[in-house]
Amino acid sequence: MSVLVYTENWDGKFKKLSFELVSYAAGVAKMTGSSVTALSVGRVEDAELKKLGDYGAAKIVNVNNDQLAVFDSQVYAGVLADISAGKGSKIIILANNNTGKAIAPRLSVRLKAGVGSGVSRLPLNLNPFTVYKRSYSGNAFAHMEINSDIKILTLAQNSFDIASTPNTATIENTFVTIEASQVKTVVKNVEKQTGKMLLTDADIVVSGGRGMKSPDNWGPIVELADLLGGATACSRPVSDEGWRPHTEHTGQTGKIIAPNLYIAVGISGATQHLAGISSSKYIVAINTDKDAPIFEAAQYGIVGDALKVLPKLVEAVKEIKK
Amino acid sequence: MKILVCISNVPDTTTKIRFAPGNTSIDIAGIQWVINPWDELSLTRALELKDDAANGIKSVTVVHVGPAASEPTIRKALAIGADDAVRVNAEPRDAYYTAAQIAEVVKKEQFDIILCGIESSDYNGSIVGGMVAEFLGVPSVSSVSGIKFENGQPVMTREIDGGKETVTVPVPFVAIVQKGIAKEPRIAAMRGIMMARSKPVKLVEPVAVESLTQVLEYEKPAPRAACKYIDSENPAQLIGLLQNEAKVI
Ligand SMILES: Cc1cc2nc3c(=O)[nH]c(=O)nc-3n(C[C@H](O)[C@H](O)[C@H](O)COP(=O)(O)OP(=O)(O)OC[C@H]3O[C@@H](n4cnc5c(N)ncnc54)[C@H](O)[C@@H]3O)c2cc1C
Ligand SMILES: Nc1ncnc2c1ncn2[C@@H]1O[C@H](COP(=O)(O)O)[C@@H](O)[C@H]1O
Repeated sequence: MSVLVYTENWDGKFKKLSFELVSYAAGVAKMTGSSVTALSVGRVEDAELKKLGDYGAAKIVNVNNDQLAVFDSQVYAGVLADISAGKGSKIIILANNNTGKAIAPRLSVRLKAGVGSGVSRLPLNLNPFTVYKRSYSGNAFAHMEINSDIKILTLAQNSFDIASTPNTATIENTFVTIEASQVKTVVKNVEKQTGKMLLTDADIVVSGGRGMKSPDNWGPIVELADLLGGATACSRPVSDEGWRPHTEHTGQTGKIIAPNLYIAVGISGATQHLAGISSSKYIVAINTDKDAPIFEAAQYGIVGDALKVLPKLVEAVKEIKK
Repeated sequence: MKILVCISNVPDTTTKIRFAPGNTSIDIAGIQWVINPWDELSLTRALELKDDAANGIKSVTVVHVGPAASEPTIRKALAIGADDAVRVNAEPRDAYYTAAQIAEVVKKEQFDIILCGIESSDYNGSIVGGMVAEFLGVPSVSSVSGIKFENGQPVMTREIDGGKETVTVPVPFVAIVQKGIAKEPRIAAMRGIMMARSKPVKLVEPVAVESLTQVLEYEKPAPRAACKYIDSENPAQLIGLLQNEAKVI
């Protein structure tokens, strides 16, 4: 019996997310007295694959078929179904991100396996098998029982600490048979940024709201994010106004993120905004209005004019980075 | 072509969530129910596509799995502009059960494009759409932020890490939509509200399917420690706290 975990790489390098997933899988394997099999799809060097062992993977299955170059949820779900059957996996773990959300439900129907989506803790109980999952957009957490024989869990990003549990993992290169005709998705065009940090991957996020007054005032937000090695984000009205790109919008209708540190500048803290950021480990609020709801979500607050406070913060960070 | 829009009935997104005694369900007293925001946007987009006669869309139907109590939400969708509706008369017990019911509706009526939202704001599953596709054995495209027609064929934009792709799949398919699909939800006009009263809502009884999950209990998110305030004249102090106390920078 093994716990199967689906990892993801970015141009051949594992994302931090993958180490988090494997660490989580190792925790689940420990609880259930089983071992971790990690699945990696695409071209990844052996030395990189071996890194998954550092977080507790005992076996690493590497699948690198040409037909998997295009992401087709039906085909990917089929690959996971085959591999999990081959390994006798009773628990399958994916990330609760674009890929995980595309694969998990299809796999669920194929294996008749209940899904616990957006789990942020190890299972609360094995019998009945109970997971802890986000619901009501972060306003509640459910203790949800999964009563099927096979269980699928999708892990909320940045919700589980990466833990090193060194293991000398064996690598298994596997070839799966996929007919070209099974791939129904045709990709006509790709636009992809390279180099820039992904907002969902960032440990530190500096975010601006309507309180920033004008797109011309974004200089210190970008500078602060750069100095801290983080990414920038914004509230919905800011991207609606075209002050910042839509990819930066966080909240219920934007990206859901959970960095270690979220600095909200000139953001009131509407529930729809909080729905996207409330799982951050630390929230800092900078706002002129001492009654702004963002302060209820924050651990650190500055009541003041962002345009005056930000340059001072930038100076202070430069000081410690010296 | 025929479009089916799956709509879920959820508490208004500003609702303060409280639990009923025993914490096994939420306290529904005083809650305003609305169409799940994503579903409202996908309905809007479906109607925009139908407005352009060149796209050849015959009808936009909405489907909801839920008890009679959610009729007002269905009427609202009809008032916004859906042509007709199907209600599967059952409590949506879990995602698997709900998706199986929707798939059954599609098998009977044949739709070309099935739109689901990326996430219901109550259950936060992000799973019903993909399940419907798998029950039907048809392609699904997730993270869809745009859909349009080119030469009579639907073309989608889907979000990927760090970018986007333009993709097509053969009909019938399920598109799981998210931010970007439509700008603002279409509002029901007076005329639409009047017309909605006479539009057909087909009632179907559920098929027997088990559910695979069940909520045992709800809890509130752990309360956060009270906010620590730092003097606005001396923000450097904040940096010190983030470095030495929170240890996040
Ligand atoms: C269905 C639905 C979905 C939504 N989804 C989202 C979502 O995903 N994400 C999202 O963000 N919003 C979302 N919204 C909108 C949300 O309700 C709020 O309107 C929005 O978050 C407010 O953005 P804001 O905080 O930037 O602006 P405002 O609410 O205008 O707040 C600006 C803040 O800046 C402060 N301020 C002003 N001047 C200064 C200054 N000089 N220095 C410091 N502070 C200053 C003010 O005190 C105020 O608190 C959604 C709304 C609906 C109805
Ligand atoms: N009871 C329901 N009836 C019809 N569609 C639903 C229902 N529940 C969920 N959906 C659809 O599935 C999407 C995702 O829901 P979920 O998987 O619960 O996050 C929603 O945006 C709806 O489009």
